[in-house]
Amino acid sequence: MSAYLIRRLLGAVVVMWAVATLVFFMLRMVPGDPFLAMVFDTGDPAAADDMRRAFGLDKPMYVQYLKYLQQVLQGNFGNSIYGSGIPVSQIIAEAFPRTMSLTLLGFFMALIIAIPAGLISALKKHTAIDHGVTVVAFLGLSMPDFWLAILLIIVFAAQLHWLPAIGYVALDQGFWPWFSHLIMPAIAIGTPFAAIIARMIRSSMLEVLKADYVQVARSKGLKHSYLIFMHAMPNALIPVITVMGIALALLMAGAVVVENVFAIKGLGRVLIQGILNRDYPVVQGAILVVSVIFVLANILVDMMYTVIDPRIRYQ
Amino acid sequence: MALLEVKGLGLEFSSPGGTVQAVNKISYDVEPGEIVAVVGESGSGKTAAALSILGLVPQPPGKIVAGEISFDGQNLLDLSEDEMRRIRGRRIAMVFQEPMTSLNPLLTIGRQLTEAMRLHLGLGKAAANDRAVELMNMVGISDPQRRLGQYPHHFSGGMRQRVMIAMVLSCEPELIIADEPTTALDVTIQAQILSLMQDLTEKLGVAMVIITHNLGVVARYADRVNVMYAGRIVEHGTAVELYRNPAHPYTIGLLNSVPRLDRPRGSPLEPIPGNPPDLTALGRGCAFMPRCRFATPACGEATPDLQDVGGSHVAACWELEKIRSGKAA
Repeated sequence: MSAYLIRRLLGAVVVMWAVATLVFFMLRMVPGDPFLAMVFDTGDPAAADDMRRAFGLDKPMYVQYLKYLQQVLQGNFGNSIYGSGIPVSQIIAEAFPRTMSLTLLGFFMALIIAIPAGLISALKKHTAIDHGVTVVAFLGLSMPDFWLAILLIIVFAAQLHWLPAIGYVALDQGFWPWFSHLIMPAIAIGTPFAAIIARMIRSSMLEVLKADYVQVARSKGLKHSYLIFMHAMPNALIPVITVMGIALALLMAGAVVVENVFAIKGLGRVLIQGILNRDYPVVQGAILVVSVIFVLANILVDMMYTVIDPRIRYQ
Repeated sequence: MALLEVKGLGLEFSSPGGTVQAVNKISYDVEPGEIVAVVGESGSGKTAAALSILGLVPQPPGKIVAGEISFDGQNLLDLSEDEMRRIRGRRIAMVFQEPMTSLNPLLTIGRQLTEAMRLHLGLGKAAANDRAVELMNMVGISDPQRRLGQYPHHFSGGMRQRVMIAMVLSCEPELIIADEPTTALDVTIQAQILSLMQDLTEKLGVAMVIITHNLGVVARYADRVNVMYAGRIVEHGTAVELYRNPAHPYTIGLLNSVPRLDRPRGSPLEPIPGNPPDLTALGRGCAFMPRCRFATPACGEATPDLQDVGGSHVAACWELEKIRSGKAA
């Protein structure tokens, strides 16, 4: 098990290196220049050259690349080019908790909606409830997240005044302020995912209910609820775990867009602004952090298999 | 009084291809402590008939259209789902055909073995565990305490079927229904499992309905035998009667199609020609007629009822006289 984990982590390092390299060169292939834009107003190209030198961007590209790798290995993501030159790590440290809160809350909202919906529609197969869930699921799946976000704002913030329309409050300032700001964006990004999971749970539950061991459990006279929750459901959830890693990607991607609708200064906003400003260190740092989360989440998912399914053991 | 009495049971399944008459007015009984076999090909309705005893036929598509299943004087078909649930596993328990898929892969053997005891007998965790150890010993699984903590994938097919038997015995039921309990196992394991079941049912005085297509199983373990064909019982008698003196052409065909030690070596096996009939389109005549070498045109007119052949032995055939004299000749 630990040997497996070490192997996976080594693999993760390779993936991180590939991501860092790819992003580094791709960014530099994007037309445009961070400094020319900044000095556009003053129109002094010499000032741009000075700044380029200050950030080491006048050196050949391979020198820049090696220097970048060296810095990253030391845990230094560099300084933001645009604005006041604050360290990228500081920008990320500020934005990351917001995006992570949003993503995780979206994830939980999705599961809270999807698991009961999927179970009910499997247990009440081909009834009005089942068809209703199916219709809602397809609606949820085909609705763009930013549009759902706007609808939510119109209804719950503008009309009903139940929830704040925009902004973010850190969790350490109390649960409700944090939750009330995040619940709408979380639902907006979680809904498509909830729709997928609900459909998956429905079909895998129907499959499991036909399994021999469920028939056996029934023949033992077990109570229906016990049978469903203790025998059938854990088996039905196995395929769902598989998509959780992918789901996290979906949710993070959703967060990047939806953060902008709700004016939450998370990684999404950082990334988009960074790209627009050609702020290389910021974009490199933010993408690296996102991909670390991603790789770790996938390792975590694979570890979760061993918890729920005793047949799976890694060597 | 018989422990179990199935009277005129009729069971249908609706399917896109039409209504399937899976079980057609079958009647049989089981005395306490007795082993009764139900024999037939796949699709003869034997499993469906067994599942309806426990109320496990999915309805729909299944539907019990006639008859009565009386267990200890009570018609099981009249019971509510909750009353039925208290009989399942507690008074009537079932062993299934596929040990490889009959245990939940995510739960420990101990959990699966004790849950029925805890529910039906109200045993605490420790008491249920002690009893589980005892049961594992009884079915011949060594090192039971450790094995109880393991998962099904640590067990071979034969071992899993032993676990199933332990599970079925756990609440000391009065009746066990065994649906092809050894079909999925290696031949060498089959005899072990069957002997184990015979020993334990005898020792504990449990009655058993054993469903099989294997006449060897019947000969060795059953007291009485019901032969099913196309949803009907076509012959019934003690195992000895049926072996020495099979009356129905189908039973004769079955016996001729299995190797027997009491026949000369090298004598060819005679398979029954043709295939089982389509249960959605049964005619009014004898269902076995198309495959029967004794058939006459009259056989297609009406379905024969069971008739006495001597002793407790009955068979449903129009040509019983001819067959008997033909065998004598």
